[in-house]
Amino acid sequence: MISNSQLVNKYFRHNKKFPHIWCPGCGIGIILGNMLRAIDALALDKNDIAFVSGIGCTGRAPVYVDFNTLHTTHGRALPFATGLKLARPEMKVIVATGDGDATAIGGNHLIHACRRNIDITTIIFNNYIYGMTGGQYSPTTPHGDKAYTCKLGNIERPFNISQLVEAAGATFVGRTTSYHTLQLQNIIKKAILHKGFSVVEVITHCPTTYGRINKKGSAVDMLRWQKEVAVDKSRADKMDPKELEGKIITGVLMERELPEFCEQYDTIIEEAQNQQQGKSK
Amino acid sequence: MSQTTTEIRLAGSGGQGLITAGIILAEAAIFDNKNVVQSQSYGPEARGGASRAEIIIADGPIFFPKATWVDIFLAMSQKACDQYSFDIKNEGIFIVDTTYVKQIPTSSAVAIPISSATREKFGKELFSNIVALGVICEVCKVVSAKALKAAISNRVPAGTEKINLEAFAFGQKLAKEALKNHNGAENEAIEADT
Amino acid sequence: MSRKSSYQLMQGNEAVAEGALAAGVNFFAGYPITPSTEVAEILADRLPANGGKFIQMEDEIGSIAAIIGASIGGCKTLTATSGPGFSLMQENLGFACLAEIPLVIVNVMRGGPSTGMPTSPSQGDVMQSRWGTHGDHPIIVLTPATVEEAFQYTVKAVNLAEKYRNPVILLMDEVIAHMRARVSLPPASMVEKVNRVQPNMPPEWYLPYERSATGVAPMASFGDGYRYHVTGLVHDAKGYPTANPNECRDNIRGLFTKIERGFREICMVDYECMDDAEHAIVAYGSMVLSARSALEQLRESGCKVGLIKLGTLWPFPRFALEQYLPQLKTILVPELNMGQIYREVLRVNAGKAVIEKLNRVNGTLITPNEIVKTVKGLIR
Repeated sequence: MISNSQLVNKYFRHNKKFPHIWCPGCGIGIILGNMLRAIDALALDKNDIAFVSGIGCTGRAPVYVDFNTLHTTHGRALPFATGLKLARPEMKVIVATGDGDATAIGGNHLIHACRRNIDITTIIFNNYIYGMTGGQYSPTTPHGDKAYTCKLGNIERPFNISQLVEAAGATFVGRTTSYHTLQLQNIIKKAILHKGFSVVEVITHCPTTYGRINKKGSAVDMLRWQKEVAVDKSRADKMDPKELEGKIITGVLMERELPEFCEQYDTIIEEAQNQQQGKSK
Repeated sequence: MSQTTTEIRLAGSGGQGLITAGIILAEAAIFDNKNVVQSQSYGPEARGGASRAEIIIADGPIFFPKATWVDIFLAMSQKACDQYSFDIKNEGIFIVDTTYVKQIPTSSAVAIPISSATREKFGKELFSNIVALGVICEVCKVVSAKALKAAISNRVPAGTEKINLEAFAFGQKLAKEALKNHNGAENEAIEADT
Repeated sequence: MSRKSSYQLMQGNEAVAEGALAAGVNFFAGYPITPSTEVAEILADRLPANGGKFIQMEDEIGSIAAIIGASIGGCKTLTATSGPGFSLMQENLGFACLAEIPLVIVNVMRGGPSTGMPTSPSQGDVMQSRWGTHGDHPIIVLTPATVEEAFQYTVKAVNLAEKYRNPVILLMDEVIAHMRARVSLPPASMVEKVNRVQPNMPPEWYLPYERSATGVAPMASFGDGYRYHVTGLVHDAKGYPTANPNECRDNIRGLFTKIERGFREICMVDYECMDDAEHAIVAYGSMVLSARSALEQLRESGCKVGLIKLGTLWPFPRFALEQYLPQLKTILVPELNMGQIYREVLRVNAGKAVIEKLNRVNGTLITPNEIVKTVKGLIR
């Protein structure tokens, strides 16, 4: 496996001013690092990778890495990526998006990208809160938890992202945490290789806002919690629902093969061109 | 407006195909080497709302795209007849489909049961708009029958050209009969006066 | 009669679609909305046969996002919408301004605000097209007055977008979009096509936002080996976010400079009967049609009236007025809004001539006769 210094040399932008903007203890860097390890393991050409993001802490991930990077507007990474993928079907398009970006302001784009089954890999960094704006509740903040816009407890029920995208039509759904880094690399690899719309939900931690407001302890404590609540799908399949309460099932949750959008569009082009040639004859 | 300008308005309800008829009429004018502008106004309904198509045919340039002083008016619904007949020239040609227009505002109107005659002949009213074009062609001679037939063949769905051309011919025939009666009646009236 | 004559009956929206194809547009993303839908329908049919692509997105926010993405991938892109959809596009329009992404938005104006009058003409979006997105930014807005111009201006819009790496808005009113007229279009091979300047230096030397002498930076397509960063944050020449005041200034001022340098090329103005005119009508879009008809009548009755036809609304072609101000006593600005270009005319006029407006917001056109009456009233 690639060493850390090799990883930094190979994938981080040499002409970009560091340090990055993330707080000490943040989970985003862990996920980004393991995404790079997955890409390295697949031996993909950096020129063929487009890394697209929206707004929020996660939205800042692309600027640091040496791919074709596109930092879009809030919630809109997926439609930008959709246009780019159609223009450049040969590229690997990877989207990094947070829970608020993906499921609140970008929720409509998310379900429609799933439905289209366009060959894009979407990594959702789910830390249960709006971090960049300082700690407001998001569509995944657990019921009863606190944020600066629900100091008395969240009365909204959270989305289960993996279930949401599966129902909307994604053809690959994986979930893991920022603690389970090897599993994270593995799932991202599989997601990138999957032909169709793939979603990787990564449960991660924001010690600065969500952790502090909800007294979850330090970043290490939050990572420990991720380790404790995660149950691999193979194990979870054998457990009864009662045992699974409060647990987070991880692994490749679903994978299916369905026609991919760009490939289908190629057949439309072929058919349209045949029709036109038929007409001109 | 110069002398050579003809303003035509086709009015009825959405679904009667009058905008299509307007497009065909406009295209026929181009085939006759005339200048033309066609515009329309319609409501949100795909079927049933008031709809109108306007066609301005001229030998020279046309600027303003809407009819302001109408030479030829076709009304295929009572509502359209009431609403859109306010700016017809005194000497303008007024054609009404008596299937739907029961109160005809002027005795000089050419009154033909276009829709019901179409239904009797073809089993449905679908071709009423093309029958109406046949009527207009015969009554007004503003564009040639040859050009209209070419435009109909060009614009109707493939495979329906023949039946649409039959509908056009049927409209011409309806108009001929109506004109005979219409002129006869007018002559009678004149004779009665004298 | 000749079916093969070069003249054909064509609708304004159809002419836009033809213009897009002739200019080399190969990607369209959109969402259905009256009165612009025909553009989407035609391009959905025609693009794949030409090797291009069409996608119907989940909304107009997604539509403009998709064409930005495709433009970054190297496509010539266009979308078409109307007021409510144009409102939804504003945020990403700002992104395209700042990130300097070539694209064309066709906005067929309908009565507004809100859902307004979906099938009726209006010119209510003139100021929205200028200032709809937040923040200081330059924009190019063209407005055709005939079906033939709908074709020509679409080509021009695509070419200006590519040349200046800037979004261009084609602002049409419903009348132009839906009217059909006899037109003769040039074959696609005769249409001038401008392509964005691509970098020719080695990738490691490429600075995506380093402006060349023209004020525009070469634009690499993603996937071509120039790995760079595109962001909606104010950025430095490398494309990276910056808070350095000098770099921020260079970024924003640079956007303006490139459009200022192209000002004369971008501005399209036509003058009719202006040489001896003492009175002028300033018109754009469908109001040009009413004004031309009125002009004919006014000249016949001996009034020294001329027409200044604005084909470009933004940047506002102030020279078009300034050069005639010394000879003009009155200027009439007929508009299908409450007076949006009227204010620009007032600003440029700076008190020299008498400026009058003629406005209509009821979903119908101002007729030639109304303009004749108003001008005669002004002259008296």
